[in-house]
Amino acid sequence: MHERVAIVGVGCTGFRSVTPEQSYKEMVYEAAMRAYNDAGVDPRRDVDSFVTVAEDFHEGTSIFDEYTPDQLGGALKSVHTITGDGLHGIATAYMLIRTGQFDVVAVEGHSKASNIKTLPEVTAYAQDPILNRPLKLNTHFIAGLEMNRYLYETDSTQEQCAAVVVKNKFNALKNPFAPYGANLSIEDVLSGPILSWPLGEREAAQHSDGAVVMVLAAEDKALSLTDKPIWILGTGWNNDSPSLENRDWAHSIYTEEAARMAYRQAGINNPLEAIDIAEVDDLYAYKELQALEALGFCRPGEAGSLTLEGFTSSDSGLPVNVSGGSLGMGNLLEANGLARTLEIVLQLRGEAGPRQIENVNIGLAQSWRGVPTTSGAVLILTN
Amino acid sequence: MGMRKVAVVGAGMTKFVRRAQETAKELTWEAAHMALGSCEMTMDDIEAVCFGTAPDAFDGVHLNGEYVSDGAGAWRKPYMRSYVGGGTGVFMPIQGWYHVASGLFDVVMIVAEEKMSSYYPHAQAAFLTIFDHTTERPLKPNLLWIFALEMNRYMTTYGISKEDIAQVAVLHKRNAADHPCALLGDANITLQDVLNSEVLAWPVQRLDVSPVSDGAVAIVLAAEHVAKRITDKPVWIEGVGWHLDTSYWTNRDLAYPRYVEYAARMAYDMAGIKEPRKEIHIAEPYDPFDYKALHHLEGLQLAERGKAPELYSDGTASRTGNMPICPSGGLLGVGNPIAAAGLMKIAELFWQLRGEAGARQVPGQPRRGVAQAWGDLMQVGTVVVMGK
Repeated sequence: MHERVAIVGVGCTGFRSVTPEQSYKEMVYEAAMRAYNDAGVDPRRDVDSFVTVAEDFHEGTSIFDEYTPDQLGGALKSVHTITGDGLHGIATAYMLIRTGQFDVVAVEGHSKASNIKTLPEVTAYAQDPILNRPLKLNTHFIAGLEMNRYLYETDSTQEQCAAVVVKNKFNALKNPFAPYGANLSIEDVLSGPILSWPLGEREAAQHSDGAVVMVLAAEDKALSLTDKPIWILGTGWNNDSPSLENRDWAHSIYTEEAARMAYRQAGINNPLEAIDIAEVDDLYAYKELQALEALGFCRPGEAGSLTLEGFTSSDSGLPVNVSGGSLGMGNLLEANGLARTLEIVLQLRGEAGPRQIENVNIGLAQSWRGVPTTSGAVLILTN
Repeated sequence: MGMRKVAVVGAGMTKFVRRAQETAKELTWEAAHMALGSCEMTMDDIEAVCFGTAPDAFDGVHLNGEYVSDGAGAWRKPYMRSYVGGGTGVFMPIQGWYHVASGLFDVVMIVAEEKMSSYYPHAQAAFLTIFDHTTERPLKPNLLWIFALEMNRYMTTYGISKEDIAQVAVLHKRNAADHPCALLGDANITLQDVLNSEVLAWPVQRLDVSPVSDGAVAIVLAAEHVAKRITDKPVWIEGVGWHLDTSYWTNRDLAYPRYVEYAARMAYDMAGIKEPRKEIHIAEPYDPFDYKALHHLEGLQLAERGKAPELYSDGTASRTGNMPICPSGGLLGVGNPIAAAGLMKIAELFWQLRGEAGARQVPGQPRRGVAQAWGDLMQVGTVVVMGK
């Protein structure tokens, strides 16, 4: 059994709203080549197994794992697909290496959202086909309901949610991978069109295209490959009820449970003290507040005021979504968790350029699979 | 430190039927419930859940794994769905194996479910969407046609006759007559019945093909120290292997499944098997079509290339033979709810190795078996070696 596992290589294409000149295979190839060069590995010789994350309806192809091996260098090797977020993919690679049967595993996730002509209809098809689909609920409508319940139960405000947008889009201005950076005021956010009250259009992440590949390795191998291994301290993932009718609408129980699992592995009792930087899900601005509370950084209802006070800004107590998050980088479908992880890896390596945070030793990435799921995952890394 | 040993400690399966009244979620729940009952456990004992089902197109539900999660018992538990097309069923215990072997979990629930009848009138149309959208889909390929291509290639390369192949369907469907969950068991089927059945796409005839089905299967996996507390007859997962070949299936020689060979070698290495033909006592190769069982036996190194039909003609493959093949009845007899069908083979080895297979029991107290599945674009092999 290999106890310790590290991320030894990362590669990404950068993220853009449309990529008409590239197919998903070309994007994955580009990200994979960068990751393999970063790790100094040859996929045909050195990588023992490949894990990809994808969903059929996002790809427009059934059993999409068919089309994953070639562009990764994985043909005729042990490749499989997880229908989960990129963090589920990392957790899978982590488990594979820990069995002791694999030394080096690659993880891939991508989004080609600009290819999906009917994205709202596709995402609505994730709802219960018997009980919910007849109601013709739009995906953003369900998010609006959840936001409303969250604000009601925690006494949080729309201004506090808007502050998340202001922060993340501002952070994105320093991130060359992020297409949606902007210098906005809270009034700018609140004065935008409403998607589903109280959820405003400017509080929802827009989609982008891109691919991320990461290479993980067992301890001995990692130390021989790189001077800057980024160690996995803990990983957790969890599902709450898939039913809209009987879930908790105010609290992200799945994130709480996933965090509990990850903190237990990492031996973290006081997350705010232990963790120096966090990248959390912000597909909708209120989700960042919900996530910060579920991750135990503060009590329910406190994340909004902390954000408004600037506690989660890049130069403050707990920098959150320094990359710009999904609001700044775009919604990358299954690759969201990998984009979160990418930022933590760059920060822990000291390679984040103009947005580098000083003295970071432990970072956390968290993701959510979007409406209508209650599926979340957490990853804790150290340098 | 050595590898953590992982055991199968419980199994359950629903009947395989053409058109289930139950929803996918209900089928999933039934199988999971039976698996828990078989080892006297409850969901409180389960630390994580793995789920397998093939394309979302069958159910018409996006993120289908998320939708079915609570049926599999995943409420407030770590949960993941994996897939490798038709190979998913035998991949499921592999996913469960790495959950436990990693040391993160001690007890894991594994469920595989397929409900093909939701796709009306026939699931075949859903398969059009597995092909490359630019180069292949415009040709409107049908699965029967591509299997006909492969079967033809296999027959031509090795000089194998239709009669050689039809004996596979006869044996498997006869075996399935003893399986209480089987859809197409037939104790009296003959070679002539198969050879005289309707031609679908030459050389594929109706009785060469497994039926479209609904069903679910579940197993419970446990780490060694827990397994020994749960049961005195744990069945160990001794080796696992999986390989996925290139998407460009039209560039492959269809006569021999190299990806199955590589997956088998990976599993045999892990299990310490040097001479599979001597060390494997029961084989459950994937048999959605009768020639596929032969094809896969060769990939699994249990027969020389082109010689697998001899296992059937000399009686080796029979339930009382030296190496019984598909004593369950296989997909040809029990049915083919895709992901569930693969896990059915794992459940069969579990029951056979424990001596609990009832009328299907292989004599002589078999000690080791291999199960294999295959799928995607004639592309993936998944192999699990189990022993007691």
